[in-house]
Amino acid sequence: MSQAADLPLWAAIAVSAFLLLGSALALIGTIGLTRLPTFYERLHAPTLGTSWGTGGVVMASMIFFTVTGSRPVFHEILIGIFVTVTTPVTLMLLAQAALHRDRAEGDANVPPSATAGTGAGKEAPAAGTAD
Amino acid sequence: MSVTILYYALTAAHVMLSVAMALALLRMIRGPRAQDRVLGLDTLYVNSMLLLLTFGIGSGRTLYFEAALIIGLLGFVATVALAKFLMRGEVIE
Repeated sequence: MSQAADLPLWAAIAVSAFLLLGSALALIGTIGLTRLPTFYERLHAPTLGTSWGTGGVVMASMIFFTVTGSRPVFHEILIGIFVTVTTPVTLMLLAQAALHRDRAEGDANVPPSATAGTGAGKEAPAAGTAD
Repeated sequence: MSVTILYYALTAAHVMLSVAMALALLRMIRGPRAQDRVLGLDTLYVNSMLLLLTFGIGSGRTLYFEAALIIGLLGFVATVALAKFLMRGEVIE
């Protein structure tokens, strides 16, 4: 809190608003992760925290260090870009893995593979039942 | 005045992100299957990264930024490796 004393009022309000927005969205996303009933619904919830949750906190950090340092600070945007780019990749891989495991166990709640019966959809044997 | 506003906003952000980390940990412990645990771990990584960024704003130092960047990178690699393990049964083929 040493540098916050010379922060102008508008900057403090902007930083606080972005901080509260970001952390509230991260909390809402994680509540959804805890409460939604099936895995494929739960997969959507944390993306609240990785899109605007990260965006809000990164924006607050950029405004704070730009105003207190009196020079533009942009390196926080690296985290924002990185998280925005990598989250769809990881969650898509995780969804494919979960779908593969559900199909291997013959779960009736997931649709069958589009290439089933043609032999083209033949994949590696199922992973261990590490529940 | 601005110190007071920032203090209360930072405290609220710390509390909300800590509760979010606890809920992600709850999902990681409760399961019920392996992919739920991996998703909980990924959310835990993201929430701890955001918590470190708010610590950086509170202390006014850029030291926390680098820790947050490294946590983001490691979270990506860990989740991809675990998803590949769930799919194939091994990480490096």
